[in-house]
Amino acid sequence: MGYPHQPHLKETVVLSQYFGDAEARTYDGWVKRGGYQALEKALAMEPAQVIEIVKQSGLRGRGGAGFPAGVKWSFMPKEKKKPHYLCCNADESEPGTFKDREIMRWTPHGLIEGCAIAQYAIQAEVTYIYVRGEFTEPLRIMEGALAEAYRHGVLGPNAMGTGKRLDMYLHRGAGAYICGEETALMSSIEGRRGNPRIRPPFPAAYGVFGMPTTINNVETLASVPHIINRGGAWYKSLSLSHPKSTGTKLFSVCGNVKRPGNYEVTMGFPLGELIDELCGGVPDGRTLKACIPGGSSVPILNREESESCKLDYEGCVEQGTMLGSGGLIVFDDSADMVYQIMRLARFYAHESCAQCTQCREGTAWTVRILQRILAGQGEAKDLDLLLDLSEQMTGKTICVLSDSCAAPVVSGIKKFRGEFEAYINGTRRPRPVLVHA
Amino acid sequence: MHETTYEPVFTGDRKKQLDQLLPRFPTKRAALLPALWMVQQARGWISDHAMAEVAEVLGLTPAYVKGVVTFYTMYHQHPVGKHFVQVCTTTPCNLCGAEGVVKAFLEHTGCKELGATSPDGKYTVIEVECLGACGFPTPVMIGDDFIENVTPEGVPELLRKYQ
Ligand SMILES: Cc1cc2nc3c(=O)[nH]c(=O)nc-3n(C[C@H](O)[C@H](O)[C@H](O)COP(=O)(O)O)c2cc1C
Ligand code: FES
Repeated sequence: MGYPHQPHLKETVVLSQYFGDAEARTYDGWVKRGGYQALEKALAMEPAQVIEIVKQSGLRGRGGAGFPAGVKWSFMPKEKKKPHYLCCNADESEPGTFKDREIMRWTPHGLIEGCAIAQYAIQAEVTYIYVRGEFTEPLRIMEGALAEAYRHGVLGPNAMGTGKRLDMYLHRGAGAYICGEETALMSSIEGRRGNPRIRPPFPAAYGVFGMPTTINNVETLASVPHIINRGGAWYKSLSLSHPKSTGTKLFSVCGNVKRPGNYEVTMGFPLGELIDELCGGVPDGRTLKACIPGGSSVPILNREESESCKLDYEGCVEQGTMLGSGGLIVFDDSADMVYQIMRLARFYAHESCAQCTQCREGTAWTVRILQRILAGQGEAKDLDLLLDLSEQMTGKTICVLSDSCAAPVVSGIKKFRGEFEAYINGTRRPRPVLVHA
Repeated sequence: MHETTYEPVFTGDRKKQLDQLLPRFPTKRAALLPALWMVQQARGWISDHAMAEVAEVLGLTPAYVKGVVTFYTMYHQHPVGKHFVQVCTTTPCNLCGAEGVVKAFLEHTGCKELGATSPDGKYTVIEVECLGACGFPTPVMIGDDFIENVTPEGVPELLRKYQ
């Protein structure tokens, strides 16, 4: 285990400052680096004041939807009549995304501190940190850090000596991408199948165990101590392009690049520069073909779009895609787009919870059509069929897993139609699927 | 699937461990996922008998427990090889040659196909969806071990550690 790279000069290192520094993982090491000061500061304020600072910072959710964190917290009832809960979403399963894992591996106390501050701000006694089942190492590290935090009185019935109760528990998932969806995550914590639920009611009114609940991503919560320490105005000033996208963001870069890894840059950083300069570009002798900037659930960008894309919420929308989770998948000219899109569709077919017909049937049907095309048995009308099917799968289901399957298919056909047609008209040799679903 | 003789899982220390978890949640049902993990850690898989025992302990029905077990792919409803090998082949890893890693595992473990256990009972190899480590292609899980940057050439050496 190690951390593969020294920060590049163009990175803005906030969350990743201690990645690779094993001492920062321990309670003592964390405190030596200024840890838990933000929590102390927050606990001396009124909860509403903490929420105000986070609102002012402009911090938006890093789990995919980009909803302003402070605003989300302010939806929680001010007058507490029932138990409140915080859920930390550490299910990280969106293909292309591997940043939360690194936060938990290297700065577990930073995440605990962020959770504790949020928990105090929304007046919750309990935080459940829901970690995907495969993350055995982050689970072990988080478990150790939580035990330390309890031992040192950071957590427990008298947290930081304030007389307030702050409890925090790990909850291990068991292999289901859908449990990253917030309402499915709550079902899973309750000991149910991980089925998403219809909203409204929203979690702030009726969440886990039917109680007011806030759910935030690991990276969102880990950003909070920095905001409390350095102020909302400082965080807000970190913005290279659009003023509504603030702070730093960890981009998980993977696929066909020379130096894959997590890179932390200020919001609005140019996508092209991230790939070419920070990641060393695509492998030698290759050229960039396409990118998916926000984890596999967002539309694919072609080369031109990638080169002009600014990495923030608005910049991605301008190019017809989304910032999502910040999982940046890079495709070079050797990539077979038809095969890779089929592989993505297969992911969604495998992960559908099967509640909604459009999703259960649609994802599986998409895979079958794509495999037929790859086998050289496609017909000209199959592309229209895929587009029609994708339309039926968009905006019609309880959660957006179905839409997520449609996004790469629709954008892929639009931007790389020639590759699909080559399989259909026989100019490209069939590529049977080697390993079966 | 179930075994011919069944020894209860939740006795002694394990029962205590489960009881300590209960106050974390306002309902007993919420301890179901942790309880199922405890069964799998103790027995390697979760039989119908074990599901009935968990149901009994948590005040649920066996059918309910089965419904939950079947939802989550990490719970084994059958015995698996001593070393359960999961290779990520989702798009980001696939772009970096993950299918070659799968083939190398099949070849060097003697598993005839994905999901089947090798004749010596040592290995079961499956493809898994994104392991959340796409920057370290190809990540592989063997049992609870998470291994990064596996290449087809590295497979024989790696398997020597899992005998
Ligand atoms: C199918 C699906 C999977 C998701 N997976 C994750 C995930 O693994 N991690 C995550 O933080 N958010 C995930 N989300 C987003 C969550 O529903 C939710 O918006 C997020 O956790 C809220 O936190 P944030 O506001 O801090 O981003 C997923 C959403 C969907 C629809
Ligand atoms: S695609 Fe293999 S770990 Fe994410």
